Amino acid sequence: MPQITIDGKQIEFKPGQTIIQAARHAGIEIPHFCWHPELSVSGNCRVCLVEVEKMPKLVISCATFASEGMVVHTKSEKALEARNAVMEFILINHPLDCPICDEAGECKLQEYAYAHGKGESRFEEIKNRKEKRVQLGPYVKFDAERCISCSRCIRFSDEIAKANQLTFVKRGDRVTITTFPGESFDNPYSLNVVDICPVGALTNQDFRFKSRVWEMSHTESICIGCSRGCNIDTWVRNNQILRLTPRFNPEVNSYWMCDNGRLNTFKHVNSDTRIDGVYIRHNGALTKSDWDTAYKNVSTELRKYRSDEILFIGSPYATLEDNYVLKKLAAQFNSIPYFLTHIKPGDQDDILIREDKTPNSTGAELLGLKKLKDYEELLTLFKNGKVKAAYIVEDNPAALDEELKEQLSNLKLLVVHATNRNETSELAHYLFPAATYAEKHGSFVNFMGRLQRIKPAVETVELDRALDGMSMSRWDKFGTKFDRWKQGYKYDALPSWKILSRLINALNEKVRYNMAEEVFNEISNNVEAFKGIDYDSIGEMGVQIKYELV
Amino acid sequence: MAQKKRKKDLSFWERIYIVEIIKGMILTLKNMLRPKFTMEYPEVKFEPPASYRGRPVLVLEENGVERCVACGLCSRVCPALAIEVQASETNLEKERYPEKFEINMLRCIFCGFCEEVCPEEAIVMSKDYELVFTNRNDAIFGKDKLLIPVEQLRDRIEFLRKFK
Repeated sequence: MPQITIDGKQIEFKPGQTIIQAARHAGIEIPHFCWHPELSVSGNCRVCLVEVEKMPKLVISCATFASEGMVVHTKSEKALEARNAVMEFILINHPLDCPICDEAGECKLQEYAYAHGKGESRFEEIKNRKEKRVQLGPYVKFDAERCISCSRCIRFSDEIAKANQLTFVKRGDRVTITTFPGESFDNPYSLNVVDICPVGALTNQDFRFKSRVWEMSHTESICIGCSRGCNIDTWVRNNQILRLTPRFNPEVNSYWMCDNGRLNTFKHVNSDTRIDGVYIRHNGALTKSDWDTAYKNVSTELRKYRSDEILFIGSPYATLEDNYVLKKLAAQFNSIPYFLTHIKPGDQDDILIREDKTPNSTGAELLGLKKLKDYEELLTLFKNGKVKAAYIVEDNPAALDEELKEQLSNLKLLVVHATNRNETSELAHYLFPAATYAEKHGSFVNFMGRLQRIKPAVETVELDRALDGMSMSRWDKFGTKFDRWKQGYKYDALPSWKILSRLINALNEKVRYNMAEEVFNEISNNVEAFKGIDYDSIGEMGVQIKYELV
Repeated sequence: MAQKKRKKDLSFWERIYIVEIIKGMILTLKNMLRPKFTMEYPEVKFEPPASYRGRPVLVLEENGVERCVACGLCSRVCPALAIEVQASETNLEKERYPEKFEINMLRCIFCGFCEEVCPEEAIVMSKDYELVFTNRNDAIFGKDKLLIPVEQLRDRIEFLRKFK
């Protein structure tokens, strides 16, 4: 492989790589605003200027191809001087907005100004004033003053989102970004521009001013919006999820995620409809009860039914662990659980969004659960058979069809695990509170067979942020129960696998799982597709599994 | 420190005691006739100088809007984690304002870092040193107790401009 020398270090590179790519590959960070690894080269911010020997002038490292024997200096006096000058130019019209800017704390301009700036301004004239509150689209707000015209957002919407909606208008220091006439910046990936904006010019309407970034903890997790399973970070303060951001994974979602996943997959975790504690139906109404009574009553009631009278329904929303333990419970009654798929035909594109709106349908199928294509198949099961009882885990079939709802309400026994109140939970005789994806460990298999892990970011009654190794912000570390910023509500909910295994114990069959990891290890021993995999080997990026589905 | 006198080292006059008593009484009488400088608190109150660091307060502008933009720097710099800020959006020119601003006076150590870090000169140390509360909840001061009109804080603000 050809070699290049950067800052005295010999580095191998692939032909066709630019200097900035070769350096990044070797762990040398060259400052940049407009360059982004997934976008085309634009070369307008000029901050990545480097000195190359035998070249008459400094070159921008993002647009200069590396070639054999090149000697590059990124920190020479000339390069640093040029970088400082560029920073000074960019900062001339950048407002002193940091105290009110959401980007502060994760702002590249702030970081570079700190590292490469002079610390004071020689510019005594009045800064340019521009529009500060432009609503570009339904979720994105634009502050023209803060914009440094790097054009990342323009290139993103054109190249990645395939919706050419943004453009520069005007020239010189009056240049600004706008949507084309009559257009709104409303493509399904619009909020990614907030992440890639190197300054705080583009802000997320949903997160605007909610919290400073350093006040939150962040936990690696997986988006549950569809079967893509985009890698995300969950940002939590005071035990409340405030935002989700995409996490880089080249195999799954690169740097991106869709707006629907970003905005709509976490609101239920802290919503008013959460189920808090166990509920048992008394005289027609669901009343709060305690866990032990519920386990005891459910186990005695379940025993009254024969295997063809009882239906177990797993869920593609639930983790592998949950579905596996449900399968174990069903085995006590010589039955195999079913699961419903939730497919929105046509709601799919070539970028990220998949028409299967559940995170784990592949996983549920691999575990050997019986797949039901739609609610009508479930309805026939109810109509033909002599089903008298059902055990439904983390799904909501009653919302799909009125007739199905009717059938469910006629059952003699309906046990439901649910995170939030919904049509099915309202019909339940026994209602167990399930932990949401943000409150448990577990694993999902996405549509292409990538096994990925979720981790708890929000505490429940049984989870402790410090003792269970969850990520902590400074506030979490030093707070006491007397501090108002440490009194976020903890729901009394358990992961479904835990509820199910305790129920199996109540049936006098011994299963002992203390951790989701133990359930997963048993899965990997018993199910061919997961052989030899454990939580450590899944890691943060997930692993590709080999499998065949009929 | 002077060497302590032992009993055996005392002179004759010291040992007979009376002379020393009289010396002491003269000192007492002298001081009785001098002007008083103690204050009869709480009837008379101490007016601290501008450099005094009393409880931190928020500056309320003349137009009735707080200066604070809820940037959260005071909260971040506070070594005792006494300050909690929740920002929100307004239609005013400064887009951001504190929806909630709470200082836990049981945590506050009066170090003045919040005042020093504030980019808007919005939180300053007042001259108020009378802090009485009878339970933990009363010790958390919200915006109702923190917002003080700017005229009452001129002294401190001028001091800061001169010496900060």
